[in-house]
Amino acid sequence: MTDSTDQRHPMTGNRMDPGADTGFERHEYDVVVIGAGGAGLRAAIAAHDAGARVAIVCKSLLGKAHTVMAEGGIAASMGNVYPDDNWKVHFRDTMRGGKMLNNWRMAQLHAQEAPERVLELEEWGALFDRTPDGLISQRDFGGHRYARLAHVGDRTGLEMIRTLQQRAVALGIDVFMECTVTDILKDGGRVSGAFGYWRETGRFVVFDSPSVVLATGGIGKSYQVTSNSWEYTGDGHALAMKAGASLINMEFVQFHPTGMVWPPSVKGILVTESVRGDGGVLKNSEGERFMFDYIPEFFKKETADSIEEAEGWYTDKKNHRRPPELLPRDEVARAINSEIKAGRGSPHGGVFLDIASRRDAEFIRRRLPSMYHQFKELADVDITAEPMEVGPTCHYVMGGVEVDPDTEESIVPGLYAAGEVAGGMHGSNRLGGNSLSDLLVFGRRAGHNAAYATHRLKGDRPTVHDEDVKAAAAQALAPFEIDGGENPYTIQKDLQDVMQRLVGIIRKAGELEESLKEIDKLKERAKKLAVEGHRQYNPGWHLAIDLTNMLVVSECIAKAALEREESRGGHTRDDFPGPSDEWGTVNLVLTLAGGDFASPVELRHQRLPVMPGDLKELFDS
Amino acid sequence: MTYDLKMRVWRGDRSGGELGDYTVEVEDGEVVLDAIHRLQATQAGDLAVRWNCKAGKCGSCSAEINGRPRLMCMTRLSDFDISETITVTPVRAFPVIRDLVTDVSFNYEKAKQVPAAKLTPRDRDGKRRMMQQDVERGQEFRKCIECFLCQNVCHVVRDHEENKQAFAGPRFFLRYAELDMHPLDTNDRRKLAQDAAGLGMCNITKCCTEVCPEGIHITDNAIIPMKERVVDRKYDPVTWLGAKIRRRDPRDEV
Repeated sequence: MTDSTDQRHPMTGNRMDPGADTGFERHEYDVVVIGAGGAGLRAAIAAHDAGARVAIVCKSLLGKAHTVMAEGGIAASMGNVYPDDNWKVHFRDTMRGGKMLNNWRMAQLHAQEAPERVLELEEWGALFDRTPDGLISQRDFGGHRYARLAHVGDRTGLEMIRTLQQRAVALGIDVFMECTVTDILKDGGRVSGAFGYWRETGRFVVFDSPSVVLATGGIGKSYQVTSNSWEYTGDGHALAMKAGASLINMEFVQFHPTGMVWPPSVKGILVTESVRGDGGVLKNSEGERFMFDYIPEFFKKETADSIEEAEGWYTDKKNHRRPPELLPRDEVARAINSEIKAGRGSPHGGVFLDIASRRDAEFIRRRLPSMYHQFKELADVDITAEPMEVGPTCHYVMGGVEVDPDTEESIVPGLYAAGEVAGGMHGSNRLGGNSLSDLLVFGRRAGHNAAYATHRLKGDRPTVHDEDVKAAAAQALAPFEIDGGENPYTIQKDLQDVMQRLVGIIRKAGELEESLKEIDKLKERAKKLAVEGHRQYNPGWHLAIDLTNMLVVSECIAKAALEREESRGGHTRDDFPGPSDEWGTVNLVLTLAGGDFASPVELRHQRLPVMPGDLKELFDS
Repeated sequence: MTYDLKMRVWRGDRSGGELGDYTVEVEDGEVVLDAIHRLQATQAGDLAVRWNCKAGKCGSCSAEINGRPRLMCMTRLSDFDISETITVTPVRAFPVIRDLVTDVSFNYEKAKQVPAAKLTPRDRDGKRRMMQQDVERGQEFRKCIECFLCQNVCHVVRDHEENKQAFAGPRFFLRYAELDMHPLDTNDRRKLAQDAAGLGMCNITKCCTEVCPEGIHITDNAIIPMKERVVDRKYDPVTWLGAKIRRRDPRDEV
């Protein structure tokens, strides 16, 4: 597969000779997985287990993907703490959390398969926290009726990624680290491979593969205040659109209610929902537990309306309803936003999250070690002695590639998507803990189905066309060719400002229209990007390429947000404050008609798939 | 409050390089990585640096700050005097790729050599049972974020390239210890840890423990107990044989 005359990196197979191009490096696989977070790794393992030759291609080093930052846990109705829990309850919670806009079949598969996916991690070496009788412990989280999140303190994501990484390494799966994919290649209507570049050398690489799994995560870097890492530039969303696939639910962006607000350097960094699951409460500057004032009609029946009842719930869930601090994230984020706007915020523009006065120091340090460390090191705050200051931060995009719920294949044959880059599973709002389980359940399904799709071709593999490869290379190098003087870092900063200001938690028609105009202007400026230096490990060039993805995805978000004239989950319209039954059956579908970023984003309405009767009954009680 | 920070940052590649002098505007409450990012965004667009989470969780932004191996995202500017020049150089034990980015593939190669967990069968209800106090030891080691600062600072390899072949380093002694202490694992990696991973070359100077940003007691809790376990196996064949016959140690050597 590799040319022995070149100097090669011993591990990655990366060319070590910088300089003039001597032709493209090529690799042949049955399945190529883009992204090495939870979904990508799980997909690769599944494809390998199905007998496929698999490669993982990822922008960072292995084990550094954004999954590593997940804190709270993996939602799975194992019933280790509450034997009454089962997939039907989890399914119901998930659908209600998503305000019934979820793809019901995905929500069903997710709830049914999550427990086995967690046990599998244990099989591969994960060490979860235990219950007193030795089973995997499960903790409380917003929107979940029972304590359901398998966890390791507040570093569950690290445990998950390390376990999957170690499994993938043990299976001998090829990993192309620090390698960015810029194009999906096609032969007729079908996927034939992927094109990318090594970040280290800037050299191009072509993957010949009939099946490609997108597992690239989200879009958070288009916002100013976000919990997401630099990699979250909507690459998979954009790659899918360019390849002819469709996106759904892009108007739904989750703002996590609790991000750090101070010091400025850490603004947006996640403060886990486990703080509230483990007893923490939100207070305003007047010391009031304000969440009791923000219980929506939709959740009144299951939410405590007095402090007494809420306090009882932590120990006796049968006879008490949930504290309002544990409403789904969209509700809590909006409430915090309102308190701050009403002038009842904390000194640095957040609200107070207090666990110090409610749990003893030893408990806090044991259950929330990373939070303790994070606040101590970065903000000089001892969370066992004083409250934290927190505020909403862009955390997750519910929208993503429209896929078949059973196979995770997009409308483009051979192109699969799993994890945050896929849409449908979470409807208009994702429950905490449902992301890690989503990665495992649908990562596995995508990898498995991608492997069999290649297998069914029986050697009749689609062709990678030279002219497509040349065009992809020319496009990637374009930022070096132009001398327009625009700095990619500045454009990114301006985009973040537009999205934060005009397409944030609370939206209105006028601002959304303005945002679309601004994005258009940014797109024009992005055509005149100038990049300094050469192709070897050049972050300026890398950003220039990622920026085109961020711009098209941002346009999708703004466009869909303007179209949906109601408020639901992660989409709140000031001018349409309530949910509407009519909109409750509609998905907004976005495509790129021309198949390139020069063509406009098109939007159409599509009916939401209707749940069968036996599942509908679960919502009658 | 904003002020002008004087920085010296190593710029170069495999063929060599030098410290570049920069003045960067920074704010109170910022960390070294913020200053590096501002430098990148305003003065040196092609400055190569690895980072991901900016919250001390991914272990990507390891570097040497005023000669001390640290995570850039967890090093606050307030730890330094305002007038002080902060010097940032790439970690020394690994070959430079460009600027602050080094080739850490040594670690990924060593990771491939550790035989994975192989657990006893599940209980009849399809679940497994382990007690919290039994998993806690392994959990401490699994806090490792793979920043490789311990590898960087370990004197067995820091200035002795020739030792890299036979020495896996503290990060992987953690891994061996974690697996050895796993309540349900069936592989016995003690011989491997001693022979192939070079556990014996470590003379417990605790440099690794000192730089660990996760505060893992690498030497005391992982390396020393692992050394003892290896010795148990090696020098006490009677106990070993007895344990094997009575199945008190049902593990298989790998």
